[in-house]
Order: sequence, then structure tokens, then C-alpha cells
Amino acid sequence: MAADPIIQLKDLQFTWPAQHAPVLDIAELAVEAGERIFIHGPSGSGKSTLLGLLGGVLVPQRGSIRVLGAELNRMRPAARDRFRSDHVGFLFQLFNLVPYLSVIENVVLPCRFSARRRARAAAEGATPRDEAVRLLAHLDIEPALLGRRVTELSVGQQQRVAAARALLGRPEIVVADEPTSALDADRQSAFLQLLLQECGAFGTTLLFVSHDRRLAAHFSREIALPAVNRVHPEQRAA
Amino acid sequence: MRHLIVLAARSAWNRRLTLGLTMIAIALSAALLLGVDRVRRDARESFAQSVSGTDLVVGARTSPVQLMLYAVFRIGEATSNMRWESFREIAAHPLVAWAVPLSLGDSHRGYSVVGTDGAYFEHFRYSGSQKLAFTGGKPFEQTFEAVAGAEVAHRLGYRVGNRIVLNHGTGDVSLSKHGDKPFTVVGILARTGTPVDRSVHVPLEAIEAIHLDWHGGAPIPGVSIPLEHVGKFDLKPKAITAALIGLKSRAAVFRMQRNVNEYKGEPLMGVLPGVALDQLWQVVGIAERVLLAVSAMVVAVGLAGLVAVVLAGLNERRRELAILRSVGARPRDIFLLLMMEAVGMTVLGAFLGVVLLGVLGASLAPLAAARYGLIIEPRFIASGELILLAAVVGVGVLASLLPGYRAYKLSLADGLTPRL
Repeated sequence: MAADPIIQLKDLQFTWPAQHAPVLDIAELAVEAGERIFIHGPSGSGKSTLLGLLGGVLVPQRGSIRVLGAELNRMRPAARDRFRSDHVGFLFQLFNLVPYLSVIENVVLPCRFSARRRARAAAEGATPRDEAVRLLAHLDIEPALLGRRVTELSVGQQQRVAAARALLGRPEIVVADEPTSALDADRQSAFLQLLLQECGAFGTTLLFVSHDRRLAAHFSREIALPAVNRVHPEQRAA
Repeated sequence: MRHLIVLAARSAWNRRLTLGLTMIAIALSAALLLGVDRVRRDARESFAQSVSGTDLVVGARTSPVQLMLYAVFRIGEATSNMRWESFREIAAHPLVAWAVPLSLGDSHRGYSVVGTDGAYFEHFRYSGSQKLAFTGGKPFEQTFEAVAGAEVAHRLGYRVGNRIVLNHGTGDVSLSKHGDKPFTVVGILARTGTPVDRSVHVPLEAIEAIHLDWHGGAPIPGVSIPLEHVGKFDLKPKAITAALIGLKSRAAVFRMQRNVNEYKGEPLMGVLPGVALDQLWQVVGIAERVLLAVSAMVVAVGLAGLVAVVLAGLNERRRELAILRSVGARPRDIFLLLMMEAVGMTVLGAFLGVVLLGVLGASLAPLAAARYGLIIEPRFIASGELILLAAVVGVGVLASLLPGYRAYKLSLADGLTPRL
């Protein structure tokens, strides 16, 4: 089992509803557990679609997508939602946080939907909240900020809070979609260091999507989406 | 489920201004609907209470509703009278336990004057079987003595011993006064919540006396009979307006009614108060239903506003919903989240409406009692109103399905990355 890839796409094709041509057509893509993958590609190369597929929010019309041995394309929608909350942490470019919840409440949010992540977070600390506080401290969020409204935080702080949320309860996979593009260069690299360090500590598989190839050096492998996606942007222009 | 409720509440609190205003709109509409229903019920209740002890109302032939309205509720005027001899005969009938004569048509500063006799204070019953009580003084004994109802005494500040002047005809402003024959207030009745409160009671003889020098509704020119000479005249009444009859056995009421209706001396009519009231409500019922329908429309408008507000907010919340999706919320959870918001608003709005109505009812009850003789029971909510309230909430739940479904569709389409 250990040799099996944690993520495996085969002959996968996805077409948005009401469109004729697929946006994504991948013959084969495999990711081993613990890998830190840098995925890049120009906008429109199907990055968001790929993330949606990995999160089980989208289902391919053809081919299969296996994550942790489970065939996502064969699961019922509710089971995919549950799978996502149990095993995948998400981190987006901006507006990652629920505006009306405090910092700490945002971080423990996945534990409200996933019993598994709640249990795993509690195994790390005494309660999911303790574990959240610990993670936030690791990510340089001072305790004074915990009860704050997230809208009072700087963008850099918001991204670190979002990272803590993606990591809480140790999901096997963290998917990060351009999490650093809203940060300036210094903060980008500091944030990336923190994220990689936390993922390394848990052995978390990290899929990091960005159009900024300068960041690729930090990762164990680089995948150019246009190289694996047989659909080319100009083909879909219409 | 619980965490969804917490999320829904936090999210709603974040938009408290718009949602609060919407909730107030729902509260007002619910209060209106319940208020209309409450006034309707209380009006019926007060009317029914006013004649609870009377088995039969007797008067000259007219419509039963009209007879009830003027004889019991002092609304409108009698078109014709019944003769005193007829009254005596009916009162003496073996089935009759008691009979109270009523002579109407005069007023005192807007309040009706009721010519009657001692039987009134003895036999009149209201609100079940409650008897008239005096807060001061005693029933009248002499011709020019009067007993004031609670509201009359309260409003006009009358006490036992005050001297008052009656007006000819009804209405607040009357040009002709019986100024030459003043009355002395000898008794003040306790509050009953019936038209009795708004009446001035005088002996039948007094009604005759003040009209001695009158003819056809106006003073006879050049004729004035001074007070000290009144006693020389025969003050035995010649006619009365109506009579309230109590029977020895209620079972005999239809028999007695037939007796009255077939009375040989003159065309008379006996009316069962309950039956006449039912007829009245049938007439008034149309207006009531229209009022209720309008109130229901207002509730619908309030709920439509709620749905509009929740739907309008939905677009701004697409990112928030996508975040929730990314941390594991199912589309079903998103649906519930939006449902909870709208249902919560409806329930809170309806509850607020009930509170509002309670406060309004309590503060307006004295006015309604004074002005219209309408007794609004101070209460939080009646069982009949619960049905209305449940209907409001039920419609609210149905209306909430719309934003819930829309959010569900949106979250399915948006997935983790809302395309704004």
C-alpha cells in the first residue's frame, strides 16, 4: 500500500457544463505521499478545475481520480464532501477566511465539519482549539490576535491563519492555490518557509499552484500543467 | 447541526442592520394580522358578554339585529316603541322570571340615557352571571334621581350628589336640553365592560316627566311645567323602547319567543340575543374577512421582503459559502444555512410581533374600553392566534426554501472558486 501514489489521475477529462470542449484532459498524473509538488501554468490552463477535481467538488466526465486509494469519481456527492473535509486542507489566494468569525474560530472550522480532523487535532493538543493555538503560534500569529475579527488582520496574517486552518487536524493533502500571490516578495518567501516546514513536520503532501515559477525551487517536484494537460488554451479560446 | 445554527446566527449578526429592519417588517405585519384577529374575537366576546343573562329581548317589530343594537348596545335608534300595557302583560306571563323595561332616546353629554326601573339593578347580568354592583350610592328611588355607569362617572368626574341635565335626542351636541329638570346622581355603578358603563340610568317616570311639556320632539311653545308641579301629573309611562326578559327556564325560550311574536295587542318581536348576534356577525364577517385578508397580504409582503433581502445578500456571500465548502460543508449544509437564516428571521419576527401586540394591547386597552366599550383582554397569546402564528411561520418556512435552494445551486456550480 505504501508504494501506491496518494493521488492518481488516469485518462481524466473534464468539461464544464454547457461547454463543448473539455478544459482538462490528463492521460496520467501521480503524486507520492509526502511529495511537495509545484504546479504552474498560465491562467486558463485548468488549474482551478484541477483543484476542484482533487477536492471532489467537480467530477470528471471520463477517466478516474484516485485519492488515498479512494476513487473520487465513483463516490456519491455527500461522500466526496466528507472525504474532502477529512483528508484535504485548502488554501486560496485571497479571502480565505469567514469574515464574521474570529481568528481562532476560522481555524477550527474544519473540525466542525469533520469528526476525523477534530479527533486528530485533539490528539495533537488537548482540544482542537489548543492545537489551533499551537499551529497559529508556529505560523507567527500572536495570541493577542486570536479573538480578533479576521478583517482587522493584514493580508499576510490572513494567509497564515488560512494556512493554520488548512493544516489543522493533519489532513493528508494540502492544496494551496496561489496563496502567496497577494504578498510582497519578502513575505512570500517567509510564508512559504512556514508552510513547507509545517507540511514537512506532518509529512503532509502539498500541492502548490502558482504562476510564479521563481518559487519552484522550494519544492521537490515541478509539474507544468500545460505539459500534462492535452487541452491547449488556444483550443478553448472559442 | 448545532454548528450550522451558530454559523447562521453569526452570519446574520454580521448583517444585522438589513436583517433587523426586515425582521421589524415581519414583526409589524404579524402584529397587524394577530391584532385584527384579536380585536375581532374580543369584539364578539364583549358583545356576547353584554347580554349574557338575558334570554329574550322584546321590542316593536324591526330587524332582530337592529333591536339588539339599540336595546343592548345603544347603537342607532328605535323606529317605534312598544306600549306599556304590552310590557306589563308579557312581564306577567308565567314563563317569565323577570322583565326589565328600557326607554331610550335621550342623552347626557354623548352618553345614552336609559329609562328603566329597579328590576334593572336586580336582574341585569353580564359576563356570565355577574350582577351590577355599585361603587358608590344606591339605585334611584325618586323621579329625578340618576345612576351613572362607571365610564360616565369616570370621564365626567361625577360623584354621588352631583346635579346633571339631560339632553333630548342622542348625540354629543344636542340643541334641546331638559334644563328645567335637573337630576341628582344617587349611584355610581362598578365597571362592567359593557354598554352599561356608558349609560345614565333614570326612572321611567323621569323620562315621562321631562317630556311633559314636549310634543313631537320639541318643547311646546309657551308651555312650561315647573318642577314642583310635575308630581301632579300621571307619570306612568305610556310606552317603552324595549324590554329584557329573563325566563324561569331557558328551555322555554322558543315557546316564549312565539308568544311574543304572536302577541295580539300590537306587533312585537322577541329576539334571542345569541341568534341576533350571529346574524350581526354574518354581516360584519365580510368586513372582518376583508381586513384579515389585507393583513395576510401585509404578512406576505413582509415575507417577500425577507426573501428578497436574503437572496440579495447571497451574491455577496458566495465567497463565504465557497470557504465553507472548502472546509467540508456539503451543499445540503449550505441549503440549511440559508434556510435557518430565513426561518430564524421569520420566527423571531413573529415572536417580536406577538410582544409588540401585547404591549400595544395593554397600552390601548383603556382607550378601547372607554371609547368603544371594547374590552381587550390583556394576554400574551390565545390558542386561536397560535394557529395564525403557525401559519405565518409555515409560510415563512416555505418562502425560505427559495434562498436555500438558490444557495444550494450556487454552491454546486461555484464549488471552491466562485466565479464572480
